[in-house]
Amino acid sequence: MDFAFTDEQRQLQREVRGFLAANYPLDRDWENQDDRWQELAELGWLGGADLSFVEEAILFEESGYALYPGPFLVTVAFALPWLGPEDREAAAAGTTKWSAEDRGLVPWLGSVDMVVDSDGNAQPARGEELPTVDPTRPLGRLERTNGTPLPGARDVPRARTAMAAEAVGVAQRALELGVEYAKTREQFGKKIGVYQAVSHQLADTYADVELARSLAYWAAWCVAEEDEQAPLAAAAAKAFATEAAVKACERSIQVHGGIGFTWEHPLHRFYKRALWLEGFGRRPAELRGEIADALLGVAVTA
Amino acid sequence: MDLRDTAEEGAFRAELRAWLDANLPEERRGWRGGEQRFGDDFGRAWSRKLYEAGYAGLTWPAEYGGAGSPYSFQAIFYEEMARAQAPAHVGVIGLGMAGPTIMAHGSDEQKQAHLSKILSAEEIWCQGFSEPDAGSDLAAARTRAERRGDVYVINGQKVWSSFAHIADYCILVTLSDPDAPRYKGLTYLVVDMHSPGVEVRPLRQITGEAEFNEIFFTDVEVPVSDRLGDEGEGWQVAMTTLLHERGTLGFALTAALDVGVGRLVETAREHANGDAGVRERIAAEWIEMQALRYTNYRSLGAYQRTGVPGPEGSAIKLRWSEQNQRLTKLGRELLGPEGILDDGWWHYQQLRSRGNTIEAGSSEVLRNIVAERVLGLPRSR
Repeated sequence: MDFAFTDEQRQLQREVRGFLAANYPLDRDWENQDDRWQELAELGWLGGADLSFVEEAILFEESGYALYPGPFLVTVAFALPWLGPEDREAAAAGTTKWSAEDRGLVPWLGSVDMVVDSDGNAQPARGEELPTVDPTRPLGRLERTNGTPLPGARDVPRARTAMAAEAVGVAQRALELGVEYAKTREQFGKKIGVYQAVSHQLADTYADVELARSLAYWAAWCVAEEDEQAPLAAAAAKAFATEAAVKACERSIQVHGGIGFTWEHPLHRFYKRALWLEGFGRRPAELRGEIADALLGVAVTA
Repeated sequence: MDLRDTAEEGAFRAELRAWLDANLPEERRGWRGGEQRFGDDFGRAWSRKLYEAGYAGLTWPAEYGGAGSPYSFQAIFYEEMARAQAPAHVGVIGLGMAGPTIMAHGSDEQKQAHLSKILSAEEIWCQGFSEPDAGSDLAAARTRAERRGDVYVINGQKVWSSFAHIADYCILVTLSDPDAPRYKGLTYLVVDMHSPGVEVRPLRQITGEAEFNEIFFTDVEVPVSDRLGDEGEGWQVAMTTLLHERGTLGFALTAALDVGVGRLVETAREHANGDAGVRERIAAEWIEMQALRYTNYRSLGAYQRTGVPGPEGSAIKLRWSEQNQRLTKLGRELLGPEGILDDGWWHYQQLRSRGNTIEAGSSEVLRNIVAERVLGLPRSR
């Protein structure tokens, strides 16, 4: 058993972190963001580099950490498993952006080209787009045509694990922002990180983030290896990591005090991404219900 | 990254599983812990059997009687012991704390004298760290060690010492120089518990049992040659002990949780299977148990790569203790009125779990450690 990244995976992590940090700093123009889709294609991150899902999980985690704005999650995690070789090639080249319908909603409907509908048909991306809690991540209602059947299949564990990994990145960043602030901000003549009412909240966030990360990597490995535990691991990871991300942001906002509650500070953007990830697809309580069914059998009323 | 056993790990697991099936009596499975550890001679006999089969001190070097195996074997050992619901080796303090400290700081004579006997359970060890006025604050220890020629003369009191009433030796933190600055006046000794002047009084805990003890030292003479590290360096030696306490603990704790969650599922099937709220809480405990398990694996992975346990390990004991309190409370709750019957498993476990957030580093101290050493926040003291 070896639950550590290889040197190549670490190298990939550094590259992704570097690329995103350079292009998506915290002081970016949040209202006008370029998704740099062609650059992602050239880096091989849209399927071109033939990465394993463990490596893709690194990309999702980093996209959460940097709050990357484009439809990377839906194209790579949700839609790719449905696509045949030609569509995959076009997606990898950055020519076609994809999304997928889930419970009647399509993330980024207005900015992708094609959609996998809930019956597994390819549809042109047309319909009404609705704003969500996360302004970078709208949801749309698809205007259906007959569509073209796609050869692949839905991969629920893959989609859930990708959201879990992204949530880990969001939680990690919220933690780091809180820690940095607690190290520098002074009140009553001391750095506020001295006060245990502050530092213990951050310690609890640290524990949450590490546990969430363990579940996300476990699930990613299960998905990559098509392990039989993949469905449960992914359900566990999505439930735990998205809740952890929401909590991490809430604690970080609290640690920041008033400035954390302002529009000007970037924390609210992480919080909104966390809320989106928690709310989209199956929510944590539903996922725990699935796990309970697996552990206990389907509920029998006493 | 590969979560499967290697060929060697798989072979070790299969052999251990078969050995447990053949050697562990059925009536000793499902061991509840607590005073049962000391109830009869089984604990020592069982520990001896583990040793003879080569399962004690798996990661210890062969020259000290260990197996010299990689740390993953120790993890597999805990997993399989939990799966079989087997009692632990009775020498947990010796194996997890005293032994590694002797290996790091002991003389050749001390290593020869103690290490293999710790493995074979010929010597049971206890720990003399906490005092009535020095709990989380170990540096405030006041048990005096006065040098008189070739001996130290010990006077003082220790408390919360598990196994002290059956122990042969004690790892003892003493104050040898009351005038030295904090952290500089401590000396670490190995004390023969059969020496004149050592008195052990069991402490009754909220479970009604007495798992731990007070130890009183009155003019106890300890040869200078039984010191670990130099005079005045007790703090550094004690840190080695505590590092190992936390380092080896994670897998054992998670393995115990695995058993707990399994029992919780059984209890729920019998008592409350239709209650959606209960079902969700059980799923949440299963998720957190898996999260702790894979956090152990990550910490182990870092250890195998770098020789230092990963920082994520520091969260394990904190979260384990809180989870065990929730889990055991839920187990008792599921039983309804039966849950308050005095002889129940859950009743006992729930009471015992209240100690989990206090013993081996209180949750408050562990949060300080994460905040200061892992996150780099300014020191609060």
